[in-house]
Amino acid sequence: MRAVDAVMECLKAEGVEVVFGLPGGANLPTYDAFVNGGLRHILVRHEAGGGHAAEGYAKATGKVGVAFATSGPGATNLITPICDAMMDSVPVVFITGQVRTELLGTDGFQEADTIGITMPVVKHSFMIQRPQEIPRAIHEAFHIARSGRPGPVLVDIPQDLSRAEIDYEPVTDLRLPGYQPRVEGNQKQIRQAAKALAAAQRPVIYAGGGVVNAEASDELVEFATSDRFPVTCTLMGLGAFPAPHAQWLGMLGMHGTRAANYAMDEADLICAVGARFDDRITGKLSEFAPRAKFIHIDVDPAEISKNVPAHIPIVGDAKHVLAKLLIEYRAIAAEPERLAAWWTRIEGWREKYPLAFQDSSDNEIKPQYMVQALHEATGGEAIVTSDVGQHQMWAAQYYDFPKPRRWINSGGLGTMGFGLPAAMGAAVACPDRIVCCIAGDGSVQMNAQELATCAQEQIPIKVFIMNNGYLGMVRQWQELFWDGKYSHVETGEFPDFVKLAEAYGATGMRFEDKTTLVQDMKRAIETPGPVLVDVRVTREENTYPMIPAGQAAREMVG
Amino acid sequence: MGEPGTKEPLSLEELEASTNMRTGRKHVLSILVENKSGVLTRIAGLFARRGFNIDTLTVGPTDDDQVSRVTLTVDGALHPIDQVTKQLHKLINVLKIRDLEPADTVARELALFKVSADGTQRGELMQIAEIFRGKVVDVTKRAVIVEVTGTTDKIAAFEDMVRPFGLIEMMRTGEIAISRGRSET
Repeated sequence: MRAVDAVMECLKAEGVEVVFGLPGGANLPTYDAFVNGGLRHILVRHEAGGGHAAEGYAKATGKVGVAFATSGPGATNLITPICDAMMDSVPVVFITGQVRTELLGTDGFQEADTIGITMPVVKHSFMIQRPQEIPRAIHEAFHIARSGRPGPVLVDIPQDLSRAEIDYEPVTDLRLPGYQPRVEGNQKQIRQAAKALAAAQRPVIYAGGGVVNAEASDELVEFATSDRFPVTCTLMGLGAFPAPHAQWLGMLGMHGTRAANYAMDEADLICAVGARFDDRITGKLSEFAPRAKFIHIDVDPAEISKNVPAHIPIVGDAKHVLAKLLIEYRAIAAEPERLAAWWTRIEGWREKYPLAFQDSSDNEIKPQYMVQALHEATGGEAIVTSDVGQHQMWAAQYYDFPKPRRWINSGGLGTMGFGLPAAMGAAVACPDRIVCCIAGDGSVQMNAQELATCAQEQIPIKVFIMNNGYLGMVRQWQELFWDGKYSHVETGEFPDFVKLAEAYGATGMRFEDKTTLVQDMKRAIETPGPVLVDVRVTREENTYPMIPAGQAAREMVG
Repeated sequence: MGEPGTKEPLSLEELEASTNMRTGRKHVLSILVENKSGVLTRIAGLFARRGFNIDTLTVGPTDDDQVSRVTLTVDGALHPIDQVTKQLHKLINVLKIRDLEPADTVARELALFKVSADGTQRGELMQIAEIFRGKVVDVTKRAVIVEVTGTTDKIAAFEDMVRPFGLIEMMRTGEIAISRGRSET
């Protein structure tokens, strides 16, 4: 069969149900194979939309997302989703067309050195040089993408090789001698960690996206509640521990709660699970958690002691290690009363500094209230995606996520325009769930074209634009740190989002009254097909609390 | 619970952070890689984007044609070596990395020196070359080419000696290294 037909067989063998993509000259053979390939293909309007949709699909399910693009500009349009998937450890396989081998290196039409351009931002990539390599490369790509620390893998297939005839036999073995992720965790180290936790007077569990990726939420809850360990999660880890919960401190980091950040600051032992001590978490590194010793559990050994030296390093995935840690910890029978003083301190912070905002005295919608209203309208049970900026932080703060894979956003790269296509991917993956995107009026326009895809495929995403007419987070920083001089942050009344929605074949709505907002949101959610809602919110609201960049947790403001 | 060497009960004060420190010395990393296209670019790119400097780099075949060896020297005063090796290990095509212990390693470099030397200076230059067990591989009326192998220090010392004659150019291969004893590098 043709190599491209073998690609279809490989994808089906990997359990792929749906792919996102856009055809072009160099992947015409692939698109010919889609005609009878037995796979659902969703035609996106821009390759970046396809890439983010594949990410949304992967984040909602834990399965590998797949995106296709042609050579040259098709492939370069995928760079942002690839980099995004790398930063947030999202399993996605990207399959790009390439010019014919005889044109390689000649600056041929729509030729780009896709392997070279993407090399810094992929977990791995395969440049196909012989057509018979293709099936193995596809399977190895899936294995690498989903195992260990997940990430993006790219397969670049020259057009002439993709249409060549090959003897296809299902690939049953992988040949990756240099790739052996360790997931189990060293038993002796785990025992040491259990002892340290039993000895700690002021412990904190700091959990990240690695818990979600390892499907280790149940293990995290079970371990944390085996004693009264306070738990905080990163932006990527939200939902890994259910909110609200007596032991839940809220998110930590730049816009985290005071309870979480102060607990980190005063902790004597921090148990980091699947988290990477990003600068948005640590603030000023030299003053980060100055009294703490660190247990660091991560499937990627390079993360351990990268930013903060670990005292007890454990290489393994969160699921395996937490399960073993629970057994070791129970065997010690630690004294739970030792944490009483610590909880008194934490409760003090919680009472004194709850997440709060000054609500409006009239009908004006405060952005924080908009998130609370969405929580109410969806019963807290929606999958929520977001773009990047103030609305993202308010969504993270005020939509209490009860389960993992309900909160889908771009953390590491901070990609504006992520939310709408990611919602599209999540909605395709989870047709029985309500999928909402909380978007910014700046961000949403960076991939608004995918509304056409949603309208054509009747993908019922509900996009709520938190419209303040500004690039809000940048405006906030200009207000706070650049003497209030606003430089190119005002987006005004453009575009008319209701008309935009209608032009794309979606339903457009505009909400401006907080008193009817919950009901209005329910109405939007019950409307069939994609809906784009322009929610007019307070224009100059700031996201608080906040640790100013490069400062310590104690310096939180707002 | 309780195994040899573990103090109980454990107090947090006893815990020490894993070393993320600069070692302050040169490290020779011997890296086995799959012989596939783009591997060297992946390694070089990794060093560039993580801000690690490569002091010397050599690449060559091994006795297995599927596998190549990259020998890299890195300054442990500038970079945390454990972070360098852990990042390298993440490359799928990297099979094995050894951070060679200087005392258990034979490291050699080949250098070619083109030195200006007319008839009057040639004899002295050849004597110096002999002391360094170098070989004169080319002689013309006004220049001599000397081949020297040895450790980096020895080659640097030779360079110091011949520089006063007028060093026209010098080429060095970068170090290759092999571990002493029976075990494989």
